[in-house]
Amino acid sequence: MSANLTLLILIGILVACGVYLILERAVSKMLLGMILFGNAVNLLILTVGGRGGRPPIRGEAEHTGAETADPLAQAMVLTAIVITMGLAAFVLALAYRSYILTTTEDVQNDPEDVEVATRREGEDPER
Amino acid sequence: MSDLLPTLAPLPVLVPLLGAAGTLVFGRQPRIQRLVMLVLLAAVVVICALLLYLVDRDGTTALQVGGWGTPIGITLVVDRLSATMLLVSSIVLLAVSTYAAGQNIRDGDDRQPTSIYRPTYLVLTAGVSAAFLAGDLFNLFVGFEILLAASFVLLTVGATADRIRAGIAYVMVSMVSSLIFLTGIALAYAATGTLNLAQLAVRMGEVPNGIRMAVYAVLLVAFGIKAAVFPLSNWLPDSYPTAPAPVTAVFAGLLTKVGVYAIIRTHTLLFPDGGFDNILLVCGLLTMLIGIFGAIAQSDIRRLLSFTLVSHIGYMVFGIGLGSAAGLAGAVFYVAHHILVQTSLFLVVGLIERQAGSVSLRRLGGLAAASPLLAVLFLVPALNLGGIPPFSGFIGKVALLQAGAADGRVLAWVLVAGSVVTSLLTLYAVARVWSKAFWRPRTEAPEGHLTAAKPPTLVEDSTDVLYDERTDPGRMPLLMVLSTTALVVVGLCLTVFAGPILRIADRAATDLSDPAVYIGAVLGHSDADHPVASKGAK
Repeated sequence: MSANLTLLILIGILVACGVYLILERAVSKMLLGMILFGNAVNLLILTVGGRGGRPPIRGEAEHTGAETADPLAQAMVLTAIVITMGLAAFVLALAYRSYILTTTEDVQNDPEDVEVATRREGEDPER
Repeated sequence: MSDLLPTLAPLPVLVPLLGAAGTLVFGRQPRIQRLVMLVLLAAVVVICALLLYLVDRDGTTALQVGGWGTPIGITLVVDRLSATMLLVSSIVLLAVSTYAAGQNIRDGDDRQPTSIYRPTYLVLTAGVSAAFLAGDLFNLFVGFEILLAASFVLLTVGATADRIRAGIAYVMVSMVSSLIFLTGIALAYAATGTLNLAQLAVRMGEVPNGIRMAVYAVLLVAFGIKAAVFPLSNWLPDSYPTAPAPVTAVFAGLLTKVGVYAIIRTHTLLFPDGGFDNILLVCGLLTMLIGIFGAIAQSDIRRLLSFTLVSHIGYMVFGIGLGSAAGLAGAVFYVAHHILVQTSLFLVVGLIERQAGSVSLRRLGGLAAASPLLAVLFLVPALNLGGIPPFSGFIGKVALLQAGAADGRVLAWVLVAGSVVTSLLTLYAVARVWSKAFWRPRTEAPEGHLTAAKPPTLVEDSTDVLYDERTDPGRMPLLMVLSTTALVVVGLCLTVFAGPILRIADRAATDLSDPAVYIGAVLGHSDADHPVASKGAK
């Protein structure tokens, strides 16, 4: 199998940008990062799909030319795209709700965690 | 009779999915909706029990959905492990939905816009079953996504500030783990040209070692996040405690265990030569210890239990990391035990909240006098979790310790010591809950005068009021107590029938430690490129 170098580099860039954005605190930026990451993974699946002309659905013997792509990879990417899109819509709703409730869409620290962290040494948690 | 198994296999997914549609139709008639849901979940329990019986008799069975051949079609596989997991999870789902029904009747949630709760719960059921039955990696991913999407909705239902805060973190972590899983799928597909687990198992043997390890590492990280194994477990205690009791209970019981199931499946089938066994063992040890230390520092019972949940995942990872059939049998038994015990504990915490108006150890006290039944309901699963001798927690731990001792490596002995320490610390943690919440008088609690008037329901948030001014007298609805009791009793049944159940776990582990059984069941004799399969089928 010969991989497409341009696509692989593009996948690397998309993953890097995606991870950078996911490390942000604002929900909308995290969502953008997630979408970039998701697209990178979809591209990866397409890139690594079966050899042209040997789609598993018609048997894996060498019998066709290079005019058919790997349908299994396409089906998987399609499913992944739909799932990512649905979840992105849900996250947008969450971000909106968070903005309505707290007038910010940043991810907040867990209050109980903060309480445990600021507890002084030797202090009884029940006091 | 032998045709029954392929007929029944898809039903644990189909029945709840159709039920979700059915309950949506009855969105405006909560009583019918509730009835439909309970009847369907009871049917799923019966189906799963039948599946376990048939699979235990006939051995691993594969079903090609739609009649397509192995590399193309969707494969559903039932073996002893997945049938056991299906039965335990369906029992838990039924008990929790009864509990939720009791809570809704009591709180009058029927009038509130939560008609989405029951369809989503059924979708969650379908997702869990789909993950257990999936015979290829991509359908495992789809099963995960179904249950995750449903869990997002359940976790944020009501959309209070707390739940949104916890929900955003949970959604983000889950999505990242799903994307990593998808990357692993892409790599596995690139290396082998197939995603069918059985075919993958055959072809993975021909893949160079380095590539195989890379694929395994990516998959392990993805499943590790979902199962909350130590370096990847920090999301769990922040996310679970904010949801209402029935939701937390079902999450605690099932969601992490699906991740554990995926680790078991990939570990035994795709990568049986145990490349990461030592790393798994170290992670298991750290999961146990750090989880339980976290639990000791908490003053909120629900958070405390979330940390013990993380901690006890370590025991299952311990069993998997040992790699022997005895270790796997211990892990399988421990998974079943832990699903039942952890869920019943979270249900009991819901009852405590109802009885006393709070789950904070700073506010609780005198519960043993106020409700002896509640005290018993807490004590039995709590001791079970800690592994006091007659209970199933003890049996599971002994099975794991014996497997560790039989392994004989230094690391295995360290793990054995670590799990004994964790067990004692778990006892300390639950004993602290017992002495503070149940034993001391409420007046001695530092904030005992404060209480939440009404436990948080699906929609409303609770607010602090003075203890004397409570409007809700704190009686516990019958249906909630009954379902909790039933689950505690089922947990005890694991002790009473430990012999036969351990034998099923043993047989499941024997199947697991020989991938040829699984491969033979799925591929049969049909395919040419499967030397292992033909060997296993004989």
